[in-house]
Amino acid sequence: MKWHILRPLWVAIGLVGSILVAQQFLVPDDFGVHGRNFTYGYHRLSNIQEWKDFPVKYRGRESCVECHEENVLKLNASTHAPVECENCHGPSVNHPDDKEFLPLDTTRELCLRCHAFLEYPNSARGELLSVEDRRHKRRYECVKCHNPHDPQEDVEEEDSE
Amino acid sequence: MTCSRRDFLKDTVGGSLVSALPLSAFTLISQAEAAAALSESKTRWAFLVDTTKCVGCGLCVKACKNENEIPYDAAVTRTWVERYVVTKGGSTHIDSPMGGRDGFIDDKIRDEEIDPEDIAKAFFVPKLCNQCDNPACVQVCPVGATYQTHDGIVLIDREWCIGCGYCIMACPYGVRFFHPEEKVADKCNFCYHRISNGMDPACVENCSFGARRIANLKDPDDPVANIIRTERVSVLKDEYGTKPHVFYIGLDAEVR
Repeated sequence: MKWHILRPLWVAIGLVGSILVAQQFLVPDDFGVHGRNFTYGYHRLSNIQEWKDFPVKYRGRESCVECHEENVLKLNASTHAPVECENCHGPSVNHPDDKEFLPLDTTRELCLRCHAFLEYPNSARGELLSVEDRRHKRRYECVKCHNPHDPQEDVEEEDSE
Repeated sequence: MTCSRRDFLKDTVGGSLVSALPLSAFTLISQAEAAAALSESKTRWAFLVDTTKCVGCGLCVKACKNENEIPYDAAVTRTWVERYVVTKGGSTHIDSPMGGRDGFIDDKIRDEEIDPEDIAKAFFVPKLCNQCDNPACVQVCPVGATYQTHDGIVLIDREWCIGCGYCIMACPYGVRFFHPEEKVADKCNFCYHRISNGMDPACVENCSFGARRIANLKDPDDPVANIIRTERVSVLKDEYGTKPHVFYIGLDAEVR
C-alpha cells in the first residue's frame, strides 16, 4: 500500500476526527436543537435561564407603596398618576437595602421631556400642558414652584423674574 | 499480505480515530419532534405600539438603558424613538438624537429650523426588536449564539457570541448593535427577565401614555392581544417576509 494519495488522506481524516473528538469536550452538553428547527433553535439551552435571571432594576410603584404610601396615594390622585415614581427618582434596584437614597432628578430637562412646547398638529404632544422653554422662568427648576406629586396644587408664587 | 510495523501503527491510529467518532455527530434532527415541542408553548410574546399616544418624552429609552445595562452615553440603544415632521410642501424631516434618550425638547431638527406654520403633521415612532417569526439575524449566525425561544423571543448567548457582526448586518430593522462593554451583539429581548417573571418590560412600565404595551398572542383573554386581533394594526417592512411581532397603530407611510 504505497499510494501517494493515501498519506494526505489519512492526515485529513485524522484532522476531521480530532475536531469531532474535541467538539465532544468543548461543546456544552445542553447545546442542540431546542426550538422549532435547526435554523432557529440551535443553541445552548441554559442560556434561556441565564437571561431569566438578569437582575431587575425598575420595580414599579407597587414596590414604592410599601413604605412611601402617602406619596404614592397623593400621586395616584393627581393628574400625574400615569407617571411612574422611578421616572424621576431613578431605578430603585435594591433600595433601600443597597442604596439608602435614590438620586432624585429635579432638572428642568426632565419636566421638559413632556412639557416643552412643540407646535405639532394632530400629535399627542400638542395636547399636553406645555411651556416655551425660552419664555418661562428660564433660570429656575420647575419643582421650585410646581409640586410634581400634585401638579394642580396651588403654584407657590415666587418673585417673578 | 505483508504488514510492516509502520503500516500497522498507521492503521491502528487511523482506525481508532475513526472508531472514536461519536455517532451523535451524525444524528439528524427530527423536525416533527421539534415542532411538537414548539406548539406546546402557551406563550407568544408580541408588542403593540400606539404612535398616536407617543409624546416623545424618551423615558422608555432611558429606562431601557438603565434596566438592561446598556452604556448610557454610548450611541447604542435597544429601543429608540424617532421624530417625523412632514411639511405642507411634502418634505419629511426625521431625527432621533441619542435614540431620543433625552426626549425631544427642541423644535429644531438636525439644526434646521422648521416654520410651525408649514408643518402638516408631526409624530413620534418608538422602535424596538420585532421578535420576528422568521428572524433573518438568527439564520445568519455561524455559531448558534442567537436563537428563538419557544415563546417567540430572539435571544443572544453572550458566552457563545463571537462578535462577528453578521446578525447586525442581517436585521432589516437595524435593531442589533455591538455592545461596547460585553463585546457581543446585543438587542432588545422585550426584557425577557421581566416578562418571564410576570412583570412588564421596563419601557412599557415607564411609558406614562400607554403608547407601548406587551401582549401574549396565545392567550385568548389578553386585552392587548385582542386589540392586535380585532383592530387595524400594521407592521414595519412586511415585504421582507420576516413576520415581525411588533404591531403599530397609526403608522404613517413616511415611517420606514
